[in-house]
Amino acid sequence: MPDNSRRALNFLLGSGIIASLASFLYPVAKFLRPPRVPEAPVNEVRVPGASQITPNTARIVKFGTRPVLLIRVNETKWRAFGATCTHLNCTVQYRSESQQIWCACHNGFYDLNGRVVSGPPPRPLDEFVVRARGDEVVIARRS
Amino acid sequence: MSVSLTVLLMLAPAAASRDTCRDCHAALEGPLAKPAVEFARDVHAHSGFGCASCHGGDPTQEDPALSMSRARGFVGKIVRTAVPRACARCHNDASLMHKFKPQQRVDQLTQYLTSIHGKRLAQGDTAGATCTDCHGAHGILEVRNPQAPTHPLRLPATCGRCHADTRLMARYGLATNQLAEYQASFHWEALSQRRDLSAPGCATCHGNHGATPPEVSSVAAVCGTCHALLEELFRKSVHQPLFATMQRGGCSVCHGHHKVERTSVDMLDGQKSVCAGCHEPGSPGARLAAEMGRRIRELRSALDRSDQILARAARDGMEVSEAVLRQQEGREALVRARVAVHTANLEEVLAWTKQGMAVAHATWQAGQEALRERDRRRMGLGVSLCAIALAIAGLWLKLRSVEASRPGL
Amino acid sequence: MERAMAVQAARRWQGWLEERLGWDRVRMFLAHKEVPVHSGTAWYYFGGITLFLFGIQVATGILLLLYYRPTATEAYESVQFILTRVEFGWLIRSIHSWSANLMVLTAFIHMFSVAFLRGWRRPRELTWLSGILLLGLTLAFGFSGYLLPWNTTAYFATKVGTDLVGSVPLAGPALARFLRGGDEVTGATLTRFFGFHVAVLPALTTALLGLHLALVQRFGISTPPWLESRGDVPQMPFVPNFLLRELMAWYLALGVLGMLAALFPWPLGEKADPFAPAPAGIRPEWYFLAAFYTLKLLPSHIWVLESEQAGLIGLGLLALWWAALPFWGVRPDGHERTRLLTGTGVLLIAWLSTFSVLGYFK
Repeated sequence: MPDNSRRALNFLLGSGIIASLASFLYPVAKFLRPPRVPEAPVNEVRVPGASQITPNTARIVKFGTRPVLLIRVNETKWRAFGATCTHLNCTVQYRSESQQIWCACHNGFYDLNGRVVSGPPPRPLDEFVVRARGDEVVIARRS
Repeated sequence: MSVSLTVLLMLAPAAASRDTCRDCHAALEGPLAKPAVEFARDVHAHSGFGCASCHGGDPTQEDPALSMSRARGFVGKIVRTAVPRACARCHNDASLMHKFKPQQRVDQLTQYLTSIHGKRLAQGDTAGATCTDCHGAHGILEVRNPQAPTHPLRLPATCGRCHADTRLMARYGLATNQLAEYQASFHWEALSQRRDLSAPGCATCHGNHGATPPEVSSVAAVCGTCHALLEELFRKSVHQPLFATMQRGGCSVCHGHHKVERTSVDMLDGQKSVCAGCHEPGSPGARLAAEMGRRIRELRSALDRSDQILARAARDGMEVSEAVLRQQEGREALVRARVAVHTANLEEVLAWTKQGMAVAHATWQAGQEALRERDRRRMGLGVSLCAIALAIAGLWLKLRSVEASRPGL
Repeated sequence: MERAMAVQAARRWQGWLEERLGWDRVRMFLAHKEVPVHSGTAWYYFGGITLFLFGIQVATGILLLLYYRPTATEAYESVQFILTRVEFGWLIRSIHSWSANLMVLTAFIHMFSVAFLRGWRRPRELTWLSGILLLGLTLAFGFSGYLLPWNTTAYFATKVGTDLVGSVPLAGPALARFLRGGDEVTGATLTRFFGFHVAVLPALTTALLGLHLALVQRFGISTPPWLESRGDVPQMPFVPNFLLRELMAWYLALGVLGMLAALFPWPLGEKADPFAPAPAGIRPEWYFLAAFYTLKLLPSHIWVLESEQAGLIGLGLLALWWAALPFWGVRPDGHERTRLLTGTGVLLIAWLSTFSVLGYFK
């Protein structure tokens, strides 16, 4: 085989193999780089801007796929409950004047322990653990 | 008489172990045996009461002349007009009821006497409903027992026994379509199909012992026991004073009272509009309703479009769970927009539709991005397939040249 | 000039390594290795493709290991994390899932082609046996790996599968408890399956694969008996002819894998909820469907045994018999039981394919 065509052939083979290897190694290299958020927020969720929540008010925070009602009872005391009403799954809200959790859909009321006070809800709200360290507030599942 | 009755009443629990009334009647045939058989499952029997507790007489005596002696307090079959007071002898006695069920109310008789049933009975109309008509006479079960005629799931049929009877109600000039209308309602669907025992039945709105139809002015308050937010919004709206002056009953003007159906945006404008009942086409009210309807429909279509594009992206293998979750917020905004309709104020509705549209827009974008990413992946696939094809081509040509020089095949 | 220097440097390195590793012997061996050429040569690639796919599994598996978490609370979320947050995570995961299925398929094809081409004859009986064991390990890899995303289908398929294992007479309940890490499928099962999948099974596979490949090198590629008798069968050199062809086959497999992963990404499903009722129509993976459907069809009692017990015993005996192929496939006088061999093989393929299809649609 003439030398030029042999070299051309080797070049073709080599570049084909290198190109294919590159198209495999590129995704692998990107895969190995840690993503911006290093892990899935499954067991714990950090609450951004928690210091801006005034006492006796609440905010809805996303915990994985579910909404959680984070209540700042006073300067130092926090409570957190699953924000889905146990009656027909509406999202509940916090009523500062009575310090109760209220569901607007059918007038269900829960107390600050998540227990049903009045109305149609059949079960209490799921409770979450809240840990506050200075300005940082973390909501976690109850183990 | 009343002294011996009281004495017997106090003896009744202790004497329940020897109850000749039950023993004899159970051995009889036909209608005389029925009470004895039914009483076995009665809630009073479980608390130690016997036949003599209501009918008087002496349950320790086998001789009918003694056990059913008037001297020993026997009253025989209690006439209908005397039933409420007979039951109230215990159920109106707080200290007695305290021994068995301390939390149970003791004002049933008082309530009953204010009701239409009670008033008619007091006038001597034996067709008026008494305690035994709803609770049964001998096999009385607690309300929370699913077999009781007063259990939420069975109560409408119990009321309907009389109130759906055209011959009976003709005497009083009352309609008899309430049960049928109620059974076509969303409330009954919630109760009977979803088994949501908090859904309203007859007694929830009419009361049970003090059963009376709510007055026109109190309809909103009655509905508001569950639909508190809606009542609040309605009271703040222009409709509330207007309906009051027109002597029309709040919520029921638009929603009906028994046949309360699933609401829809079609109630605002179009064929099934309830607003059109008062507001002529082209009037400011009709135009307001139409605008609300338009905005709500617009939001719903936008959310549906986002659902569709996200479903397509998910079908093509893209991970869109976050956007799907965000759609929940949009759906909630839609619900709140529909709730805001009760303010009869366009701005309130618009506040929510704007929020919902923002969410629908964001999720639509997310869906678009997912589809674009899918296309990028397919392009990437194409690139690597080209590289692979190149490599295969190179291998094949190399193979051919090798086999040309060194025939191995 | 530079070229000559480069070549010299390369030669020096080669010599240094050769002195310490003794590569020359390998090179000589490979240079003389030959592959018979005939109408059935194409089937010879399937063993290599299976090996290649196993390599893909190891590579993608290790990559996934960097992000996966083997606990009931975190497994599903970690896979979701890989799919949504890690760059090309979707690709690595889809390749891993598709390659697993392709590997089982090519392993079966490899086994049947060896059976029909009589590659199991003396002295290759151990190669066949180690291959059967490797197939078993491959299925075990599939079964253990399937549970790891902890989604609904996986959870219930594992429940059904381990319940069936419990039906094996005598050892069944103990074996099922060992697999499940308890009496029910729980997070303990997940962690245990993870341990099997990434440590135990790879170790066993490496050992058996080493044996299998060493035996293949020792005895070379077998030639079908009807060609051997004819005399001189054309051979092709392993290097470079067969190797180039094999590389082409591997690239082709890679292309197919890429297309499947990009065009039909493997779904994630819903997170497993042990308290929810099993969804209708729970089935195991396709490679278990034939056995599963057969067990479903059996009457509830056969003789004194319950259907699952009888069925499992039957399947077990079938597997043992097929594994013993080298021993009954040849008569004592050296002639093959051709009709029995072909008949068994065809029947087995027919059973596997029809019952898999039936099991899928029923």
